[in-house]
Amino acid sequence: MLMRRTLLPLILLTAALALPVSAAERFITVASTTSTENSGLFDTLLPAFQAKTGIEVRVVAVGTGQAIKLAQNGDADVLFVHHKPSEEKFVAEGYGVKRFDVMYNDFVIVGPKMDPAGVRGSHDAVDALQKIAAAKAIFASRGDDSGTHKKEQSLWKTAGIDVTAASGQWYRETGSGMGATLNAAAGMGAYALTDRATWISFKNKADLELVVEGDKRLFNQYGVMLVNPVKFPHIKAKDGQAFVDWLIGTDGQKTIADFHVDGQQLFFPNAGKMGS
Amino acid sequence: MTDLNAAFALALDMILRLDADLLEIVGLSLRVSFSAVALAALIGLPMGAAVALFRFPGRLVLNALLNAFMGLPPVVVGLIVYLLLSRAGPLGVFGLLFTPTAMVIAQCLLITPIIAALSAQTVTDLHEEYDEQLRSLAAGPWQRLLTLLWDGRFRLLTAILAGFGRAVAEVGAVMIVGGNINHATRVMTTAIALETSKGYLALALGLGIILISLALGVNLAAMVIRDVARVRYG
Amino acid sequence: MDEAPSILPLRLTGVTYRAGGQTLIDGISMDLSAAGRCVILGPNGAGKSLLLRLCHGLLRPAAGRIDWAAGNGEWVRRRQSMVFQNPVLLRRSTAGNIRYPLSLHGIPRSERQAAVDQALDRAGLTEVAGRPARVLSGGEQQRLAIARAWVTRPEVLFLDEPTSNLDPAATRAIEEMVLAVARTGTKIIMTTHDLGQARRLADEIMFLHRGRLLERTPAAEFFAAPQSDEAATFLKGDLLC
Repeated sequence: MLMRRTLLPLILLTAALALPVSAAERFITVASTTSTENSGLFDTLLPAFQAKTGIEVRVVAVGTGQAIKLAQNGDADVLFVHHKPSEEKFVAEGYGVKRFDVMYNDFVIVGPKMDPAGVRGSHDAVDALQKIAAAKAIFASRGDDSGTHKKEQSLWKTAGIDVTAASGQWYRETGSGMGATLNAAAGMGAYALTDRATWISFKNKADLELVVEGDKRLFNQYGVMLVNPVKFPHIKAKDGQAFVDWLIGTDGQKTIADFHVDGQQLFFPNAGKMGS
Repeated sequence: MTDLNAAFALALDMILRLDADLLEIVGLSLRVSFSAVALAALIGLPMGAAVALFRFPGRLVLNALLNAFMGLPPVVVGLIVYLLLSRAGPLGVFGLLFTPTAMVIAQCLLITPIIAALSAQTVTDLHEEYDEQLRSLAAGPWQRLLTLLWDGRFRLLTAILAGFGRAVAEVGAVMIVGGNINHATRVMTTAIALETSKGYLALALGLGIILISLALGVNLAAMVIRDVARVRYG
Repeated sequence: MDEAPSILPLRLTGVTYRAGGQTLIDGISMDLSAAGRCVILGPNGAGKSLLLRLCHGLLRPAAGRIDWAAGNGEWVRRRQSMVFQNPVLLRRSTAGNIRYPLSLHGIPRSERQAAVDQALDRAGLTEVAGRPARVLSGGEQQRLAIARAWVTRPEVLFLDEPTSNLDPAATRAIEEMVLAVARTGTKIIMTTHDLGQARRLADEIMFLHRGRLLERTPAAEFFAAPQSDEAATFLKGDLLC
């Protein structure tokens, strides 16, 4: 019947469109964060690594919480995030092999030009947050359990302020990545805590500008670790470790240092300097 | 408004110089969604027709489920597929997570209910018209099913188009199961989400304009095919 | 038609059909044997169409039996065809419609084209073979329906008021086709409320009224001298209620 004439081409079409499951290529999967991705670092870093080793790196960029969960499920070979307590817990619980420092940058507080809380130019993050709370100025939080979010929460705690009480009023939890939160902050004229790298490369600054920086507590450390191949036999341990080694080795560290946006260095390599 | 102007300019620029990244992303979007639609049609058309024609235990429940799942949120489907395909999940051994195949699977799950529900509706209508004649010709149950599907092909094409539209426009499912990996699983919608999160709104909008134009183009092409064929075959 | 046993005679025993609380076919018993053109006559609502559908197996009787000589398997259905008052054509070409039952019955492809060509020729539809069936005129569509019904060489061809919706020219074309099909040995069982048509086509008349079989006579006898009062009233052209 006409069936043959339609069914067969349909099946062939499906087969032809059927996508190759990337069998032949050599690659590893790295779970990392949106802030690192948005900065553009990977666009420089990964091709350099691939040129050296022939290994393709596939980065899944999600919030820190989700990245760690992915790694805990064995869905990534390497974890590369920026929240040391969570990373150390990850290794302690047997999911990771060994944690290494890779690089650091810092967080900054951005806010609207008119600065209702009067914090511009401050080098004291905790004091700035207290002023913001006192002025009930709008503050946009990641609210997504990410490294940035956890840093923000620790600062509020140090400031002695319970922001959950104000959630939905002047304290707005977007539950999204850094870029989306900055978009929201730009739209609301709100203050926000962001890592410097994302801020520098962010293209929708609108009315926002950098208001607080330089506080030691705004230090942001990035760490990398291989997911445990004993726990997950399918992990590409050799290639994954190659990536870790390259990142903390001379080559990777130099590539990180050389990465500039708008004339500014976004990340500062510090592997092996402070010890894990 | 300046963003809108910038968006159009960017979109035009990318198209005219055949930007390599753009072509890659568009190509993957089309491949993923076309594959998903083809698969969903293969499954959904006979499924919907069977629900319309045959009596079997659980038929009413299946019909209700199909109609309910037409409105499944893509992000929920993505989450479910992630849990299935994750290494920690039942199908993890296949290593399909973060591949285009996973994206095809997720989108297929998303649009099969639409195609099945519309197929059931079409077949029900045709069934009334044809049932006596087909039984008189001694067509068996599966032969009747295929005949009705083929006869309703123009209306079913509309259903398939609806499925394609939903697939190519969704971002929730492919983001979770694909991971938006550069040069591997980045499609138009996830690229738009990424550029938005970078604050690069003009580029995001530009990509959006291209996406809409694509969907429009596919729809127009299918409508022309349908109208020409209808004139030829009545 | 070759080695397979004949499905005729068809025997109805006390067949009754009910719907909507009413008895529409009331205890009909009869034998239908091979060959010939049998016309079921009667006023509207007599149950002619129902009787046809019961014989063909499209409806099941509430009581009684319908037995074909060769049993009641699926293949018995294939040895019969039916043409409805409004032709039901598939959304494909004229030739495609004729080809359809051949592929259903598993006739090998190599034999199909010849059979289709022959059927088209008999129906006078060769010129429109490639046209979509649904754009044909009413008369052409009904000729196509008959051609499709006949291409599988059925032993019995049922026709349910095939020309009720057609103009006289188309009606004549249909009647000629029916006669031609009958000449090839197929038994014709046809319903009509048109006396003239019955006169032209019938070998045998079965007169139905209110679901009952009142008369069964060779055509010439029936028209000359009907046995029942109802038939006489009907033949006179009076309303039979």
